[in-house]
Amino acid sequence: MAGTAQPWLRRLFSGRSVVIGLPYAWLLLFFLLPFLILAKISVSEMENVVFKDLITYKDGLLQLQLKLSNYVFITQDALYYKTYIASLQYAAATTVLCLAIGYPFAYFMARARPERQPLLLMLVMLPFWTSFLLRVYAWKGLLSEHGWVYDAIVGLGLDQVLLAAGFISAPGKLMNTPFSLVLGMTYTYLPFMILPLFGNLAKLDVRLLEAAADLGASPWVAFWKVTVPLSKAGIIAGSMLVFIPCVGEFVIPELLGGPETLMIGRVVWDEFFSNNDWPMASAVAVVMVLLIIVPLALFNKYQAEAQEAGK
Amino acid sequence: MNTAAFNRLFARGWLSLGYAFLYLPIVALIVFSFNDSPLPNVWRGFTLKWYAALPDDREMLAGLWLSLRIAFFTACGSVVLGMLAAFTLVRYRRFTGRTAFSGMVSAPLVMPEVVVGLSLLLMLVSIQRAVGFPERGMLTIWIGHLLLGMAYATVVIQARLQDLNPQLSEAAMDLGARPWQVFTLITLPMIAQSLASAWLLTFTVSLDDVVLSAFLSGPGATTMPLVIFSRARLGLNPSVNAVATLIVLVVAIGVLVASYMIARNERRRAQELAAAGHA
Repeated sequence: MAGTAQPWLRRLFSGRSVVIGLPYAWLLLFFLLPFLILAKISVSEMENVVFKDLITYKDGLLQLQLKLSNYVFITQDALYYKTYIASLQYAAATTVLCLAIGYPFAYFMARARPERQPLLLMLVMLPFWTSFLLRVYAWKGLLSEHGWVYDAIVGLGLDQVLLAAGFISAPGKLMNTPFSLVLGMTYTYLPFMILPLFGNLAKLDVRLLEAAADLGASPWVAFWKVTVPLSKAGIIAGSMLVFIPCVGEFVIPELLGGPETLMIGRVVWDEFFSNNDWPMASAVAVVMVLLIIVPLALFNKYQAEAQEAGK
Repeated sequence: MNTAAFNRLFARGWLSLGYAFLYLPIVALIVFSFNDSPLPNVWRGFTLKWYAALPDDREMLAGLWLSLRIAFFTACGSVVLGMLAAFTLVRYRRFTGRTAFSGMVSAPLVMPEVVVGLSLLLMLVSIQRAVGFPERGMLTIWIGHLLLGMAYATVVIQARLQDLNPQLSEAAMDLGARPWQVFTLITLPMIAQSLASAWLLTFTVSLDDVVLSAFLSGPGATTMPLVIFSRARLGLNPSVNAVATLIVLVVAIGVLVASYMIARNERRRAQELAAAGHA
């Protein structure tokens, strides 16, 4: 008996098991388990402050009671599903803008002289180190009346363009609009787009572009047929790093958005802190996770591939 | 103007505008922290009165002290857990549940903080109702920050571990080193720099967090970002600018010192490699 138990015991306490086991146990306990509890509470009945058990056993009758009314309510009440759609739209607009600004940016960084690249890279990362909250707050001053950016935009008459595009609802009012919200999110998440794209584009083999040119492709054609397809992994990683957190963003809409730019993170917050309706807050959060599960899977697939490639 | 010159000019212009976009808010924060005006975004004249008022700002100071303590413990915990997770991902390519593990490690990086904060709180409340522990406060905020910090630390340390030459530790083992000795004598010194950057990064992530702290804090445990956030929600506030400027100053000094030391280490390593005949 002891002879068979010993190798098993020794394996359990080996260095390998501890190295794998400690972070694994931590993640199961503090990441996975909370999600299961969240899902459970979203279908629980709340009596005063106590949740009723989902499974009850009484008089030989085993009962599973799931309260789905929260989910039904989410699909029927316009406030909820419209907010989900708006959140996805704002996140998508932010992702597109980040890609439009970030792709050329990362491309030019990768084409800069090699000895300059570490400095350029550090300058992108540096804002990361200063408080994100304070940088978002700074936009409040810049976009309010008499702020620097406000004066520039209104002075150039660009507010008429934004008005025509539907990003603001009155000329000369930039704060608390879809414009200020998307600008703030684009600003905050731009480095998350640039960094994976730069990592990808810096590794691009320039000889492929030379080969394309030798075969008669113009630089423009070579860019679209060679560079862009080869940087697909960077585009996906950057887009997911921007899109997924933007869907559930809370701080930026709270500081720069307004009543017309309600996002789903705020709904979770209000259900929890103002209405004290924990099951409803959980249901709203569960639906949010379901909405981002596909982008999340894409992101994880890319992460795994990057790991294999980096080996 | 020929095409090449135009292209170069266009690239320079795009990069300059991009960096201007990234740094404009930081410059504005600093400039208006010295502004002597009731309207915080209109320049009226130079003053230091917002800084002079900071030592009397009890709420902000208490928040700062709490945030610094939480950030310190978060950074230490994140580096330990992140190092173990990075080791697991790089060294052990085969074990049960590896896919789930790598998914869970990086998920907190992108998962909306509202979801992470809410689910963690619901679990901690359930535990507290069952066993009467833990109270919401510093400990619960720390657990939340550690979850986020571990994800960041893993990415940073993993990138360095992947670059390590496995032959070095194999050679040490051939020469009779125990696994523990290989780790402390060979691996640890070679990844020390990434451990330091992971520590600094997770420290700042924790020092900056609003959403997780809001869900996980209890009465009397108000971190500095929560103080700043509640003031910023109400409108522009010069005291926030003054705090921001001090933070930027500390970060700038820290980054300069760190990059100087990294450059010095790289030079020394290059010299050693050259001396050993590798270059």
